[in-house]
Amino acid sequence: MSAATATATPIDADARIPLRGHLRHTGALIRRNLLWIRQDPESMFDAILMPVVFTLLFVYVFGGSIGQALGGGQDGYVQYVIPGMIAMMSMTLSQGVGTGFSQDFNSGVMDRFRSLPIGRGSVLFAKISVELLRMLFATTVLMIVAVLVGFDIHHWGGLFAAVGLSAVFASSIMWVFLTLGVILKNAQSVQAMGFLVLFPLQFGSSIFAPTNSMPGWLQHFTDYNPLSTLADAARGLMVGGPVAHDLWVTLGWSAAITAVAAPYAIHKFRTKN
Amino acid sequence: MTRIDKNPKSGDSAVSVRGLVKHYGETKALDGVDLDVREGTVMGVLGPNGAGKTTLVRILSTLITPDAGQATVAGYDAVRQPRQLRRVIGLTGQYASVDEKLPGWENLYMIGRLLDLPRKEARTRADELLERFSLTDAAKRPASTYSGGMRRRLDLAASMIGRPQVLFLDEPTTGLDPRTRNEVWDEVKRMVGGGVTVLLTTQYMEEAEQLASELTVVDHGKVIAAGAIEELKAKVGGRSLRVRPVDPLELQPLAGWIDELGITGLATSTVDTESGAVIVPILSDEQLTAVVGAVTARGITLSSITTELPSLDEVFLSLTGHRASAPQDTVPTDTREEVAV
Repeated sequence: MSAATATATPIDADARIPLRGHLRHTGALIRRNLLWIRQDPESMFDAILMPVVFTLLFVYVFGGSIGQALGGGQDGYVQYVIPGMIAMMSMTLSQGVGTGFSQDFNSGVMDRFRSLPIGRGSVLFAKISVELLRMLFATTVLMIVAVLVGFDIHHWGGLFAAVGLSAVFASSIMWVFLTLGVILKNAQSVQAMGFLVLFPLQFGSSIFAPTNSMPGWLQHFTDYNPLSTLADAARGLMVGGPVAHDLWVTLGWSAAITAVAAPYAIHKFRTKN
Repeated sequence: MTRIDKNPKSGDSAVSVRGLVKHYGETKALDGVDLDVREGTVMGVLGPNGAGKTTLVRILSTLITPDAGQATVAGYDAVRQPRQLRRVIGLTGQYASVDEKLPGWENLYMIGRLLDLPRKEARTRADELLERFSLTDAAKRPASTYSGGMRRRLDLAASMIGRPQVLFLDEPTTGLDPRTRNEVWDEVKRMVGGGVTVLLTTQYMEEAEQLASELTVVDHGKVIAAGAIEELKAKVGGRSLRVRPVDPLELQPLAGWIDELGITGLATSTVDTESGAVIVPILSDEQLTAVVGAVTARGITLSSITTELPSLDEVFLSLTGHRASAPQDTVPTDTREEVAV
């Protein structure tokens, strides 16, 4: 080690990180997050069990009666609820970025990252990428269960488009959870706060049941709830029906949420003491 | 804004801090700190919990920004040139740590990649450092399964990947048992032998004495003493020799006798009846040898002769006239027996 200081890394004159550098850093951090899953496979339980449990619960417990109201019985309800499930999972699994982030801060590993010459965004993007992969995995599980309980995949293009749209919306929501992960004290608070936000959004939406039997004031909420428009757009794409309006509203929400939450999350991340 | 792109090798000071201030609400974590660390030396920053040591390290490693004052590391300004600065430092501490869920090797490889080492080099560097810090056998195990000492060694290895010019060690041995603490000290000494500049914070005089050549004593966000460790030791009385005769009746006569020996520069000894020992303040190895030689030659039966370093409390007492004040719930009062445990 006697030559240690003599062979110190040459210093960039202007210290800007080239794009390749950002990709390298993000790649190294993605690898880290994937290793977490390998080290702790139980962390995938939610991604596997949630789609299975929710699908079986809704189809077999509520499916008969809601389906009857819809005029198609339990089978008709399967076609209704599965696209909604895709929307729901995009939200629920997004929470993982917030809790994971909070753990990183509390374990001190984030201080290590922040003392390294890497872009602050790399840490955030790596987390989002891995959560999106987890979400794709969960969606695959969901679709297998869906087909088993009688869902008809009309055309694959529509399915992929619906999953893609969910991923776009999810990545915008992840910025919100990243912010929570930075500003709240620990992973439990992030989870509790996430639940408070998610619960009304999920059930005050068209995910599980059509909104036309809800009281008027609630319908105002559900009509503009991005989870409704996401679920309706996914429904249109997967089983047919109008798509355009819901698609644009969902994309609008995603853009707006990202535009506000992403800079805020990055700012909070940079300046966190 | 003017750019300051100094050659990091040009200055004498590897770390230079001027008038650094950081407040958290009412709490003045740093209240105007000045400090210089010469290149290739080890600076110990000694102080109780809450003295501002960690805040200082966090500013120097660009994790937080100061409210006022200036801090440069290897010639780079901590506020205006954080990216250049991050390239030349290593950080290990109670707060900056490795990823517990990852195996040791993966931790080092990841940091290598984050420091822009090519894949192959990151791999060999990880192997090399695991070997050097005796962790090769544990390379594939998650860091969460490591013992306390192994964790600290992995922390140290992680901070060495980028071959830093300046290394920050924030309380490197707090919470370790004495044997493990000695292991970590040995590692730090080897690292220093490699020519790296080190700023180390500690609560223990003994640790500072083992590792540092210069010392800055801080309390309440202020520097209360600074200088070469020998100077400060002389100021605070250095070690003390404790001679315990088997017969307590020998205490007073022994103390008087030692005082009459006429050893150059030797301060007056005191009697501690509680522990049954004569306490002789010692400033040099020569004094120690003379006193021990004389006492053993006198022929009284002794139960023990020990030397002890002053505790943090005693250092503070002699420097400031008051005891190290700290949040009551966080710091146990250092007693001799508890030093560095």
